[in-house]
Amino acid sequence: MSFRDWYRVDRLPTIYCAGCGNGTVINCTLHAVDTLGWRWEDTVFVSGIGCSSRAPGYIRTDSLHTTHGRALAFATGIKLAKPDLHVVVFTGDGDLAAIGGNHFIHACRRNIDMTVICMNNWIYGMTGGQGSPTTPRGAVTTTTPYGSGEGVFDLSALAVAAGANHVARWTSYHVKELTRAIQTGLETPGFSLIEVLTQCPTAYGRRNKLREVSDTIEYLKDHAILLQKYNRLAAEGKPAPPDMFTVGEFVRRNLPAMGVPP
Amino acid sequence: MQGNTACAEGALAAGCRFFAGYPITPSTEVAEHMALRLPKQKGVFIQMEDELASIAAVIGASWTGARAMTATSGPGFSLMMENVGYAAMTETPCVIVNIQRGGPSTGQPTLGAQGDMLQCRFGSHGDYSVIALSPSSVQEMFELTAKAFNLSDRYRVPTFLMADEIIGHMRERLAIPDSVETVERKKLEPGTLPFTAGVDGIPGFPGFGQGYGVHVTGLTHDERGYPAATNPRVHERLVMRLVRKVESARKEMADYQVTNPDARKVFISYGAPARTVHQVLHDRPGESLGHLRLRVVWPFPEFALGEFPEAEAFLVPEMNLGQVAREIDRHTDVPVIPVPKLGGDLHTPEELGNALEGAP
Repeated sequence: MSFRDWYRVDRLPTIYCAGCGNGTVINCTLHAVDTLGWRWEDTVFVSGIGCSSRAPGYIRTDSLHTTHGRALAFATGIKLAKPDLHVVVFTGDGDLAAIGGNHFIHACRRNIDMTVICMNNWIYGMTGGQGSPTTPRGAVTTTTPYGSGEGVFDLSALAVAAGANHVARWTSYHVKELTRAIQTGLETPGFSLIEVLTQCPTAYGRRNKLREVSDTIEYLKDHAILLQKYNRLAAEGKPAPPDMFTVGEFVRRNLPAMGVPP
Repeated sequence: MQGNTACAEGALAAGCRFFAGYPITPSTEVAEHMALRLPKQKGVFIQMEDELASIAAVIGASWTGARAMTATSGPGFSLMMENVGYAAMTETPCVIVNIQRGGPSTGQPTLGAQGDMLQCRFGSHGDYSVIALSPSSVQEMFELTAKAFNLSDRYRVPTFLMADEIIGHMRERLAIPDSVETVERKKLEPGTLPFTAGVDGIPGFPGFGQGYGVHVTGLTHDERGYPAATNPRVHERLVMRLVRKVESARKEMADYQVTNPDARKVFISYGAPARTVHQVLHDRPGESLGHLRLRVVWPFPEFALGEFPEAEAFLVPEMNLGQVAREIDRHTDVPVIPVPKLGGDLHTPEELGNALEGAP
């Protein structure tokens, strides 16, 4: 099969805006499942609410598009009741970290065998651009018109601390690395979080001096620093600039997990 | 055996193989008994992080084909309302046990009430219909829980066991039958779209992992399961079907007991208050007293009122301010007299006697 064979073609085109990064993330995900030779009959995509959560609707497997924030709880039921199924969850920063924050840390703690791909675009895109738990300080959104004054969640650090077996962060610019990370996540027993920083030119970029689609992608490329390099610089007493963010694999381990097929 | 334990045993006898819940008085014994018994029956028990997650996990498990259940009480029941609507919209079979306690809010954790009867019927946003059963004894905790699974699978609708603290914590003799009748979910016929319904309004069930490639969404969806949220006709057709498939089957699923159909004064009850009514009828053999005891409360069997052609008054003792009395009043010209009782105690026979004296 090719990754194209995983699409529910009668549902295309997607609802995504021109320049949206979500299509890139879906392509990378389907490349990864296809490379592993998974069968669509044995795979379930689950999601909550938001732009990212529309993704399962475009994939031909069984798919459960649920309520806002609750995707991981639904997915937990599926995986425990039928461990033979591969369970993959698409979510976003609002869905996973705000309304679904509690389900997120508990799914990590239980280390449920599933792969969660979070499209983190720092904004509520579907409802028109409100601030989220990952909106950077100072960023302008419709609910932070004078600049966000709140702190931000580091989703990957949260997942590591809460007990997930595999955690990685990449961006919509790093498609090769992202595809490999997703593949590792799919292969790792237990809970895997792949955080993908991605562009929302419509709701975020145009309010934050990233008007062109390529502006955010350039930003992601220029501000991403590989975890190993970040650590090496820190050890040398030359810490990376504060506006850089780390990418790479944060953890891969084999803590006891739930829902792993026998 | 305790009522809550009998509820769990009824679920197991009906083939329940998945339970997700969260501790809450006075329902916790249901979860505890499932935690003890399910792992030995190749089933899954999981204590989730809250009630939002509990019912979500139950719905997820149900889509794999498993019979799945949760149990809770007032505050947890309120949290579950979000995904009750999701289960109704996606036509997911699931059983939700509510061991009712005094509300609103945290209210009376250890005392019984029937204050959630309208919440179970109307608690989630939008129009939909559900099925609700109400047990009056430990034996019925077993029987009606098992029956709830059959109704939920048959009609593909969230089904409630609306018990209360009194029945849940009561201890009585329980006779467990050798086997329990089970109804299978309707299969999806080959070549049929996943949400195309038959004349009964119920589509076949395309469980996950069987190659259907079904898309399930809480958005308004067409017969393919695809979102069609901006199409007024698709929405109207879907919601009307969700309501009609339940309401049009009221006779089929009706379950009530009639005592003294020639009576002039008739009690209508469900759940714990039925026990006091039983005592009153026993204590006053010479009076023309009847009793309609509902085991299925929703959808409401309005035709059952016709079982009492001589009725001059319907007296409705409830441990709330008249939630089902209001429904009864909608369907009859006979005076309906609510006999509300709050606080957690059962009605006494004297109180029902006083209500009889005051009736026309």
